Parts: sequence; structure tokens; C-alpha cells
Amino acid sequence: MEQQVATFKVKKGLAQMLKGGVIMDVVTPDHAKIAEDAGAVAVMALERVPADIRTHGGVARMSDPELIIQIMDAVSIPVMAKCRIGHFVEAQILEALGVDYIDESEVLTPADEEHHIYKHDFKVPFVCGCRNLGEALRRIGEGAAMIRTKGEAGTGDVVEAVRHARSVLGEIRRLQNMPEEELMSFAKEIGAPFELVKETRELGRLPVVNFAAGGIATPADAALMMQLGVDGVFVGSGIFKSGDPAKRAEAIVKATTHYQDPKILGDVSRNLGEPMVGRQVTDIPEADLISTRGW
Amino acid sequence: MDIGVLALQGDFSEHFQVLQTLSVSARLVRLPGDLSGLDGLIIPGGESTTIGKLAAAYDLIEPLRQFGREHAIWGTCAGAIFLSKDARRDQPLLELMDIRVERNAFGRQVDSFEINLDVPFFKDGIEHPYHAIFIRAPIISAVDRDARTLLTLPDGRIVAAQQGKLLATSFHPELTPDTRFHAYFLDLARS
Repeated sequence: MEQQVATFKVKKGLAQMLKGGVIMDVVTPDHAKIAEDAGAVAVMALERVPADIRTHGGVARMSDPELIIQIMDAVSIPVMAKCRIGHFVEAQILEALGVDYIDESEVLTPADEEHHIYKHDFKVPFVCGCRNLGEALRRIGEGAAMIRTKGEAGTGDVVEAVRHARSVLGEIRRLQNMPEEELMSFAKEIGAPFELVKETRELGRLPVVNFAAGGIATPADAALMMQLGVDGVFVGSGIFKSGDPAKRAEAIVKATTHYQDPKILGDVSRNLGEPMVGRQVTDIPEADLISTRGW
Repeated sequence: MDIGVLALQGDFSEHFQVLQTLSVSARLVRLPGDLSGLDGLIIPGGESTTIGKLAAAYDLIEPLRQFGREHAIWGTCAGAIFLSKDARRDQPLLELMDIRVERNAFGRQVDSFEINLDVPFFKDGIEHPYHAIFIRAPIISAVDRDARTLLTLPDGRIVAAQQGKLLATSFHPELTPDTRFHAYFLDLARS
């Protein structure tokens, strides 16, 4: 047999290697080095962290390829980059640059309000956001090889991350307790491909790796998401919008590994300096919510 | 027999599940005390820089070296890098095996691949080739002293090496249902 590249197994496989780890948003090669030195398993290269996208306003697009290349040159760990929902040409460009994962992300302004990218056509793997099981399985149906619960990016408020993780994991628990004749109605109810509903039920988990994202700002937040049952965490604004990014980054890495050990969690949480200035999700007008983008 | 799986970061639960399928008593290892009483240890795939830093931060480097002088250790991908003497980069290594590795030797993620390999040291390893999965994989660029080459790609590049009870593979047997590599390692741990 010849060598086979870009199979779903190797796409999904890279996400499996990231499990138990922290993926950090970085906006410069120097940030990327700090993240790598702190023990990040991957970095997300972008021009502005979500908190700044919120305050900056305007249309948020794929980052300048020059910046992404500089970040790829700066570190040995995988580099991810974001394209807009439905913007398959931005995705083609990111694939040609050689990024290791594409995040088809609601944090950027959507390019298509109805259709996400058909991700099976790409050699590079994709991660996509979700708020519930149906959304997760629709994205996997389109070819996503990794899922992250959305949370509410750029807030430093973990409440939506918790809501979305509980929703996905709770629906999987419900699915497992369901008699088989109810599966088709359930698939219809949540708008998910039937075969993926069956597979999820058999596995007792999503068929791909599932990280949490959106609002994680402290080691305790990361450990909370891990104890709820996700495979790892994305930290966006939480690190580089805080007082001491290197120290906080390392503490969140340690907390993600030792998430079941409150003594270690206490140790790593000491003297971290100022956390990012948060913004309560309940104070944000509905039209400004990011997690409702995509379907 | 008790086998540990280093659970600092990476796909340790995949290894853990294979061990359970083989009815082997398995335990996750995160702190030095978790090593006591184990007959062997698996270091999973993941990011070698992350695993190394966490091992150093929680004083696992020396206990792991000590463990590897007496017991079997198998490193897959990042684990193989962690076992090596030299990864041509400044990162914490166990330096237990006389091998040099080249990280990300095949390129970036789009170059990750699957391939069937003949494995002459498996009883049925020619009739039933081993399906190996390489993800941003390292190659073993040099094998010195007591280490020996176990397996190469068709182009001759080394992807598995052994040194006594220490085993390093560039690929991920934990991602396939084929348990022959795990069985091979368990034999080493038993010997």
C-alpha cells in the first residue's frame, strides 16, 4: 500500500495528540514563544485576540499571512489559524500556507450565514465551534476533525463555556440512556446526521476530540472545564490580556494536567497578578454575542 | 503485571484503553509517587515540549530515568522524543536511549500519513503488514551504542528502535485496533 495523506484518521489524530493540553491565542511571534515555553500544545495565530475584536468592532477577517508565517517559523508546536465561517477561500489560503489546523471560527465575522465550509475537501484538518450536540455533529458531518464548545469569546466569563459543555455532554448522556427506536427522532430533533448520532451513542462521547473555549481566564476555569469532561482547553484573551502572561500561561497548563488535584490547583493559582478585565456575558446585548453566529 | 501510562498530556487515554482491551492492569502516572510498583511505563503521543516541561516541573525527570534503568518504557511519537538523548533542540529529555531524533521530520500536519509496514519480528508481520499512523512524526536519525534499529520505512528512514527494555516508535499503535505492538511491549515488560 502506498502512503496515504490527509485521511480523516490523521486529521482527527493530531487533535488526539493535543488532548490534556492548552491551545493559546497569540498575536506576535514573541507571544508564540512565550506560549510554547509555558507548555502550550499549540498556538492560534491571529491579529487580535477576541477581547480586542470586541472593542475594535468592524469586520474581523483571516489574519495577514505574513504574521501567520512568522509565527509558524517561531515555534515547533502546531500552529492553527482562523478563517471566517463559510469563507472557503480563506481556508484554501491557510491550507496553502501550511497551517496545521484551521479554526472555522465565529470569532471572525461570518462570510456565509447559511453554509459552513465543506471541510472534507481539504487536506488540512478543521476545528469548529458548537453550543450543543446537534451543532457539533453537523460540523463533524461537514468534515470537522475536532470540536470546541464555543463559550463567549473575549469576555473572561466562563459561564457560556460551562453552558455549552454541559449541553453537549448532557445530551450525550441522554442519548446513551435512550432506547434505539428513539434515535431517529432524536437525530431529527437536534438536526444531526443519524449515523453520527448512532456513533456518538456507541462511543459515549463525540467521535472527535472536544475542547472547551470562550471565557477561560484562570487555572480554576481550565480545571473546571476538564472536570466537566472536555479533552482540553483553548485560552484566547485570558492569557495575553492578563498582568503576567508567561506565569498565567504556565499555571493554566499545569492546571489542565492536574485538574483533579485541588492542592496543585491552589499552588498554581497563587500570585498570578491581574487576570484579564472580564465582561459579564449577561451585560452584553444579544446582538453583540459571538456564540450565536453559525448554526 | 501493572503498566503505567504517563498522563501529563497527550493521547494517554487511547493507550490506557488498549491496555484494558488486553486485560492488563493499567494506571495513569502524573506524579513521581505514581511510579511505585509498576512493571512498565508507556509515554504517549502528544507535544514533547509540553510533556517535558510538565515532567520537569513536577520532579519526574530523575524518577523516570531511575525507572527506565530497571523497567520497560515505551515512547510513541512525543514519547520517543522524550526517551531520546538528543532532539536537536533545547527541551527536557530523559536521555535514556542512545538515539537521536528529528522532530516533525516529514513536514507539517498536511504531510501526516498512514502506511502499511512489514514487521519481520512479528510472527505474522509479513503476511499481515502493520498499519502505522504518522502524525507530525519524528524520525530516528541516528542509533548509537546499545540501541538498535527495529523498523524502517521503505526509503530506509528509521521509525522504531529498541535498547534493552526501552522501545521507541515514531508512529501511534494506540490509534489503531491492531494490538501487536502493545503485546510486543508487554513481553518486554514481563521479561
